[in-house]
Amino acid sequence: METIDNTKPVVSVRELTKSFGEQKVLEGINLDVYRGEIMVIMGGSGCGKSTLLRMLTGLIQPDAGSIKLFGQELTTMSEEQLKQARLRFGILFQSGALFNSLTVGENVALPLREHTNLDETTIEIMVKIKLELVGLREHADKMPAQLSGGMKKRAGLARAIALDPQILFYDEPSAGLDPVTSAQIDKLIADLTKKLHVTSIVVTHEMDSAFSIADRMCMLDKGVMLAVDTRAKFETLRDSREEDLGSETERLIRQFLRGDADGPITRRKENSDYEEDLLMMEIKKSGK
Amino acid sequence: MSRDKSGPDKAGAKAPLIAAMVGQLTIHLSRGLLAKLGGMTLMLGGTVNIILKGFVTPTARLKSEALIFQMVRLGVKAIPIVILIQLAIGMILPLQMFNKLDEFGQADQIATINAIAAFRELGPLMTAVIISGFAGASIAAELGTMVTAEEIEALESLALKPIRFLVVPRLLATTIMMVMLSVIADVVMIFGGWLTALKLGLDSDVYYQTTKQAVNITGFVSGLVKAGVYGLLIGLIACYLGLSVKPWEGSDGVGRATTNSVVYSIVAIIISAAVFTIIFYSYGIFK
Repeated sequence: METIDNTKPVVSVRELTKSFGEQKVLEGINLDVYRGEIMVIMGGSGCGKSTLLRMLTGLIQPDAGSIKLFGQELTTMSEEQLKQARLRFGILFQSGALFNSLTVGENVALPLREHTNLDETTIEIMVKIKLELVGLREHADKMPAQLSGGMKKRAGLARAIALDPQILFYDEPSAGLDPVTSAQIDKLIADLTKKLHVTSIVVTHEMDSAFSIADRMCMLDKGVMLAVDTRAKFETLRDSREEDLGSETERLIRQFLRGDADGPITRRKENSDYEEDLLMMEIKKSGK
Repeated sequence: MSRDKSGPDKAGAKAPLIAAMVGQLTIHLSRGLLAKLGGMTLMLGGTVNIILKGFVTPTARLKSEALIFQMVRLGVKAIPIVILIQLAIGMILPLQMFNKLDEFGQADQIATINAIAAFRELGPLMTAVIISGFAGASIAAELGTMVTAEEIEALESLALKPIRFLVVPRLLATTIMMVMLSVIADVVMIFGGWLTALKLGLDSDVYYQTTKQAVNITGFVSGLVKAGVYGLLIGLIACYLGLSVKPWEGSDGVGRATTNSVVYSIVAIIISAAVFTIIFYSYGIFK
């Protein structure tokens, strides 16, 4: 916590908007992430968090708005500038996204081979270091198909840190993992953030993980940013009674944080013309 | 009064409906076929660019092991099936022609037919059709699956370009291997014709001499040029369709890309075969 620099955000998003055809996926998103912190982006399925992640990393272009990485505008970058920016951050994809035709070691070595002039021996040493950081040093010669889900993610993480990035993005790091492995990945995220002095942005909907690693959190719902605040504030929200909360938004966030089956989110989904729909069926049947 | 071209006019006039249909067709074509043609041209241009850069800048040089790996996977491994099919055609074709030719006392000309058909047309063409399935479908499926597994996004996030890492070796491999396989196909077809000739009681030496007469360098080279172009088309279409799969399309998208790759390749091959024939004959390269 001591290393967080509040003066200049490492990632700065303003009025970000994106639609896929008719579907509005993100609307007017504003967010700042500061150096050295772990920012958790939460939201249900389809809220737009994966799209947001891909826009922050330049994989998708927004329709409107601005994204600044290290103070530079991402949306107007040239190819060369984008390439330089990409060397300063790393992404852990949901499935690990290892290159299936290469071994674990070769996967981690790839960015080093392509972007540096280091000789083979040095690269080998660096690969060992990265793999040791994620606890996979003995598995360097395995093919991705031989790894378990947790190991794949750790290998993907080793590759993401190969070039010593300043920002790490995590797309649902706990997806598909058992609770113990999930907790190990959480610990890894927190450890790496401290050891490597990186800024971490984690997209997840696993509340246990979120609360254990986050410095600050934000919540997306249907493409809109509902709240951005410290973890403590979200914890207070989660632990308060529903009646004590003033707005529907707060109650909605609370339901999500607690993982309750009933609440504003579920009430929103209820279809009001259910009875009419059934009646129509009845009329059609009797009409025949 | 302005005509609304976006839908049928309720006043019943036929002209706006046709205009609407033409409009829809244009949009459909431009989003579909023309978009694909444009995309593939860009991909081809990008590939050529990268290859040429590789000659100039040492650091941009491509790794040959990737290329050799692809050539083995997409070409060398297809040799058995190419031999099998070309042998069959080489044996069957003269068999079918024999009776008619024998009527005119020209039975020995089955060698000519095989030589011309093999070297100029059937060798490259049949091999291309085989390879569009063997290599094209394989590439489309592989790249499409990589898209759904987020591997392409991973490459981009590591500031590595998919076109350099994935497309160039595969495209070069299909082009080079198609030429090599066509040579093998040519030889095998002649051999098949020889086997049939023996079976029909024709003279082996005559077969050899007739073949030698029918084959010329122009025919041989034109066959190889065709083969190279077919290989290029197969690789380009497969790479483009594979990489065009969208991550959310999943296995359905991959399946479609694979099937379309084969279909589009074959159509493209046939069209270029026709174009080649027109060019070669109108320029009098062949009598």
